[in-house]
Amino acid sequence: MSTQTPQTEQPHTPVPEPSRFSRIVRDLFTAESTPLVTFLAIVLALLVGAILIIISDPAAMRELGYFFSRPSDFLNSAWHDVSHGYQDLFKGSIFDPATLRGTPSQFFGPITNTLEDATPLIFGGLAVTIAFRGGMFNIGGQGMTIAGAILTTYVAFQWTGIPGALQLVVAVLAGILGGVLLGGFVGWLKAKRGAHEVVVTIMLNYVMLFFLTNYLLTTTAFHDPTKAGQSISKPASPNAILPHLFGPSLNTDIGLVLALIATVVVGWFFNRSKLGFEIRAVGLNPAAARTNGISVGRAQIWAMVISGGLMGLIGVTQVLGLNNPNNNSLSPNIDAGLGFNAITVALLGRTKPWGVVWASLLYGAFQAGASVMQANDGISTDIISVIEALIVIFVSAPQLIKEIFRLPSREAAVPGAAS
Amino acid sequence: MVTDTGGIDDHSFNAESWAGMQDAASASGGKIGVSYVQSATENDYTSNIASLVSKGCKMIVTVGFAMADATTASSKKNPNQMYAIVDNASSGSKIQGLQFNTAQGAFLGGYFAAAMTKTGKVATFGGAKYPTVTVYMDGFWEGVQYYNAQKGKNVQVLGWSEKTQQGTFDTSANPFGDQSGGKSIAQTFQSQGADIVFPVAGGTGIGALEAAKASNGALNAIWVDDDGFYSNSAYASVIMTSVTKGIATAVKTSVTDAYNGKFTSTSFIGTLANNGTGLAPFHDFASQVPASLQSELATVKADIISGKIKITSANQPTA
Repeated sequence: MSTQTPQTEQPHTPVPEPSRFSRIVRDLFTAESTPLVTFLAIVLALLVGAILIIISDPAAMRELGYFFSRPSDFLNSAWHDVSHGYQDLFKGSIFDPATLRGTPSQFFGPITNTLEDATPLIFGGLAVTIAFRGGMFNIGGQGMTIAGAILTTYVAFQWTGIPGALQLVVAVLAGILGGVLLGGFVGWLKAKRGAHEVVVTIMLNYVMLFFLTNYLLTTTAFHDPTKAGQSISKPASPNAILPHLFGPSLNTDIGLVLALIATVVVGWFFNRSKLGFEIRAVGLNPAAARTNGISVGRAQIWAMVISGGLMGLIGVTQVLGLNNPNNNSLSPNIDAGLGFNAITVALLGRTKPWGVVWASLLYGAFQAGASVMQANDGISTDIISVIEALIVIFVSAPQLIKEIFRLPSREAAVPGAAS
Repeated sequence: MVTDTGGIDDHSFNAESWAGMQDAASASGGKIGVSYVQSATENDYTSNIASLVSKGCKMIVTVGFAMADATTASSKKNPNQMYAIVDNASSGSKIQGLQFNTAQGAFLGGYFAAAMTKTGKVATFGGAKYPTVTVYMDGFWEGVQYYNAQKGKNVQVLGWSEKTQQGTFDTSANPFGDQSGGKSIAQTFQSQGADIVFPVAGGTGIGALEAAKASNGALNAIWVDDDGFYSNSAYASVIMTSVTKGIATAVKTSVTDAYNGKFTSTSFIGTLANNGTGLAPFHDFASQVPASLQSELATVKADIISGKIKITSANQPTA
């Protein structure tokens, strides 16, 4: 494996790494989006969301029809729609003042929902970050999540002989292994066979989805015989389920702790470890890295291995976590779009480990709050999806934000500055 | 009400359920307030149900058997909360199942198809092999067999056999939204000699309507779940009739009962007798349906209700 052969000056090496594509992607992720720009992007997206909320209320639009005769009607209901909508978004995701005298589970309910929704996004965001720092774009989150979910599910319902919490540990490791296998395969194809990781990862998404849906969940080994006709696996044994973190009445599981540990480890990995340094070097300039004796292929494979392992952890929390709707079993839509949302979280977090955590918390809060917003105000959850998408667009177009808010744009951020 | 991932505008059971909720609200003169939350992914089931619980909803309707586990889990946490679930059996003392014995309606559809076919071959196919799908196909199959026995004919059913429980299903990843797949299945049936097709596959079935329209009268269709003459009006000219499923009525009944303090955890089962399933009007085909057949269908319907005709499908819901 370790081919540290004297490969000093070989300008004719057939690896055209720093392509235009990867430069564009890198600029996108590390664009000069300072924290201020990110904040303003969120504000701007919420403003656009407010307009959408008003437009989608038929009563307000009717009042807009006679705006010039009685503007107060329209302004009142528009203000009512938006303020109630965003208040409920807050109440559903952070805390509801009405529960100040309520039970602890009511008081902490919203914030723990946010944490639970953020957990898989943290894993995913870190996974995209690692691949990206190695100069690769991992859009195979869906496939790697499924790979992890398959192995973790199998251990969780089959290996019930393992005593107590040890089964959970093995199930988590199996989930990581699933992602590692698929990620490693992608890395190997990239490094040794020159296949572009974007094509490989997105195609493997389909391979894994169809393998799961049309084959695996129909086999007697996986399919739950009590669910006639439904593509659902046997449920995990109680020992293998991620335990509640703050007691049974609150909706956060131990997966959050795993996610925070992963964040610390990834931060340490980039700043302190040799491999992390090599991956960063390869991501910044493969040719220079090679000249300095770093094995580019090895760094790429490792980056994809780690990225895959983290994606596999999404599979773990999706199957064994509290958000699973099917008694902790495996179903075709197990990835729930998280593999792709991971990309936007990494982008918003500017591919920094703790940035990813903040971005995940924001998106987790949107998800948790959207449901309350729709239940109480009839505002479609689709508006939240639009807001999430707008944030990403604004963050990746920092120049736009700067012109809208007339910010000076001379402080060019150091491109690709590490951590 | 919590929708499944199909969303409120699915032209199918989410939309029907919501219509039932709104009916209940307007029938009560505004005393029943209704709202819904959409599930973007399966991840949302648990949290959406929880949002409605904390909102203080008296009755929560979850749509589709995919939400059964999430509903049961929520009920365990909130033992006094009332629930109803569409297309699933009652599970627990506070969850009312709303189920539909669509084999009865489809039996009429099968009898009708057998009487109307000119080629002696009729066809059906499903989206996926769920009991809620195959119960239709069983009923259709039995209706054709009953016609054969009564009339001494030999009309064949392509695409399904109740005896073997084997048949034709869509094979794509999106079995209820695969229009092109539905079209090719229907065209295959047509080339095998069928002139009436009964798709039990949601949006995939629209492909079958498309194939029927393109066939210039060689192939016609019987729609499923709701009256296709209205829900798929672009294809009204090829829809002979529809086998309906009265989701809206069931939801309305359940919600109204809960409001009036008459909640029961006994499953509601939609039958021909309570209009929970049935055969829609013939619309454009009315002139082609002989009066004798119409009276036969009325007799068959009465016989099913009275129990004189026994439907044997093992996929029928039981209370």
